[in-house]
Amino acid sequence: MISLQISQVYFSYLDGLVLHDINLSIRAGEMVGLLGPNGSGKTTLIKLVSGILKPSQGEIRLDGSSLSRLSRKSVARSLAIVPQQFHIPFAFTVGEVVMLGRIPFLKAFAEESKVDSQFVANALELVGISDLKKRRFDELSGGERQKVILAMALAQQPRLLLLDEPIVHLDIAHQVEILELVKGFNVEQGLTVIGAMHDLNLASLYFDRLVLLKEGRVWADGVPAQVLTEDIIRDVFSASVRVQPHPTAGVPHIVVMPKGSIVKQQ
Amino acid sequence: MLVKWRRGNRLILILLLLGIGLVLFLFLASAFGAVTISLPNILKMTLNKLAVFDFPATWMSVDETIIFQIRLPRVIGGVLVGAALATAGALFQGLLRNPMADPYIIGTSAGAALGATIAMMLPVNLAFLGFGLVPVAAFCGALATVILVYNLARVGNKTPIVSMLLAGFVVSSLLAAIMALLISMSDRLGLSLHSVYSFLMGHISVTSWGQIAVIAPLVIGGIIGARFFAFHLNAFSLGEEGAAYLGIEVERDKILILALGSMLTAAAVSISGLVGFVGLVVPHAVRLSLGPDHRILLPASALAGGIFVVMADLLARTLMAPVEIPVGVITAIIGAPFFLYLLRRTRREYAF
Repeated sequence: MISLQISQVYFSYLDGLVLHDINLSIRAGEMVGLLGPNGSGKTTLIKLVSGILKPSQGEIRLDGSSLSRLSRKSVARSLAIVPQQFHIPFAFTVGEVVMLGRIPFLKAFAEESKVDSQFVANALELVGISDLKKRRFDELSGGERQKVILAMALAQQPRLLLLDEPIVHLDIAHQVEILELVKGFNVEQGLTVIGAMHDLNLASLYFDRLVLLKEGRVWADGVPAQVLTEDIIRDVFSASVRVQPHPTAGVPHIVVMPKGSIVKQQ
Repeated sequence: MLVKWRRGNRLILILLLLGIGLVLFLFLASAFGAVTISLPNILKMTLNKLAVFDFPATWMSVDETIIFQIRLPRVIGGVLVGAALATAGALFQGLLRNPMADPYIIGTSAGAALGATIAMMLPVNLAFLGFGLVPVAAFCGALATVILVYNLARVGNKTPIVSMLLAGFVVSSLLAAIMALLISMSDRLGLSLHSVYSFLMGHISVTSWGQIAVIAPLVIGGIIGARFFAFHLNAFSLGEEGAAYLGIEVERDKILILALGSMLTAAAVSISGLVGFVGLVVPHAVRLSLGPDHRILLPASALAGGIFVVMADLLARTLMAPVEIPVGVITAIIGAPFFLYLLRRTRREYAF
């Protein structure tokens, strides 16, 4: 079953073309990583799929219906986004922030119902932060906050979860923790995931399919072993690397080769 | 289940207490003035008036006139001004995510002041629905300025909040300069500096029920409308993009929230001039004590704002009677220390 169909999508900001002729179909239950250098269009593609940007040309269909014809509310009932970070200027508690994920389902003036509270409790449970529920969001660490945002996204009951470089500001332990959680939802509940990723090695470990963008075009698309080759990485990132199999998982693992003799050799 | 039940009850209890407080202050503020009228008498008069009871009159009929024709319209005017400004402040702070946001932030104050000043210069003496030219001009000036600022800040089909704050600041400065020019030529223009000053410092000038009849529906409608956007404002605390992720039609709702806040502000300004500090401090104080959820923040701010201004106006009328202190002076003198106290005590506010 196809969950997301991106057909001949072009997008330009006021100062130039950012995406050229993007064609991708993503099946329900896939976990797809978007890779590419800075400015290659990863984040723009995530925003197009989230519906907050509209393609200049082409069409994006979500479960068969054209995204541009759906209301914001019905889009928010199907997909959720975890961005790099959220800054919340008011002193909401964790429970209140996760409850924000129920907004697409609430009617004006209505109080949240028992069902909504149950979804919030489940989301907190799934992410393993039930004990943080009464804490203030702004007093948490970056890693904890990102888990709260993930729980908020889950409270939206999404069929498609979009990640926009969700772990770039986190330490390595929290990076792995967040990706393990997302991978778990993908495997156990069949949640479709599309994530823009910066770290090639983490993408290789956790994503089944990688789409590599260069200058707004799809340069490579396939399983990690097809996409993360020494040649492709040199062409796209202009970086000199060695690709080895990961010691336990066997997926490609990228080792950076220093350019000159600045780094001492042993 | 138990937790939710408790939470709902707590909210209702808080609103109920604020409501009772507001009614008490209404009576208290009606009792004091040039003539003091006893509270039991006011209660009896009111119940008689509402045709609930028929107490024998133990008061002079002039007292009844003072209460119903002079004090009550003014006191209720104060409630409306406070409720409108505090609600508008909560709306703007929530939408703009800016701790300095008050009802005047995008130019309403400068527009209203210039409108009022120009009206004061005109030799005509119109009356419109019980209003003179000055309140009508203030109302129109406030709304016209917001519309101008909103359109100046527009880029393509979006109106980014930062450019709106900047445009608001620049337009306000320009209008304030024009007003300063008019004031500097006040002799030649026949402009009463006292009237301008009184408008700028705030003065609740309700003299008839007719004015209440026009302003009350605007303010009450505005507050109910604001409550409709409580969830949207909670979503806006994630920023505009975050709100869109949660299904909010950002540009449409931004216009509606701005329009509501501006209408509330313009309604208040038209009967009170520029009463400062209420719209800034009341929502902050409520947020510090009750938390940032707009479902409780909006109605609680409206009630607390009403109490605050009625109390301030009572002091303004009586402290140095027969001289009236501008109500805006009282709101600042009481509001600032109270706010600082709350800020020091709770720390439940902004995190940067």
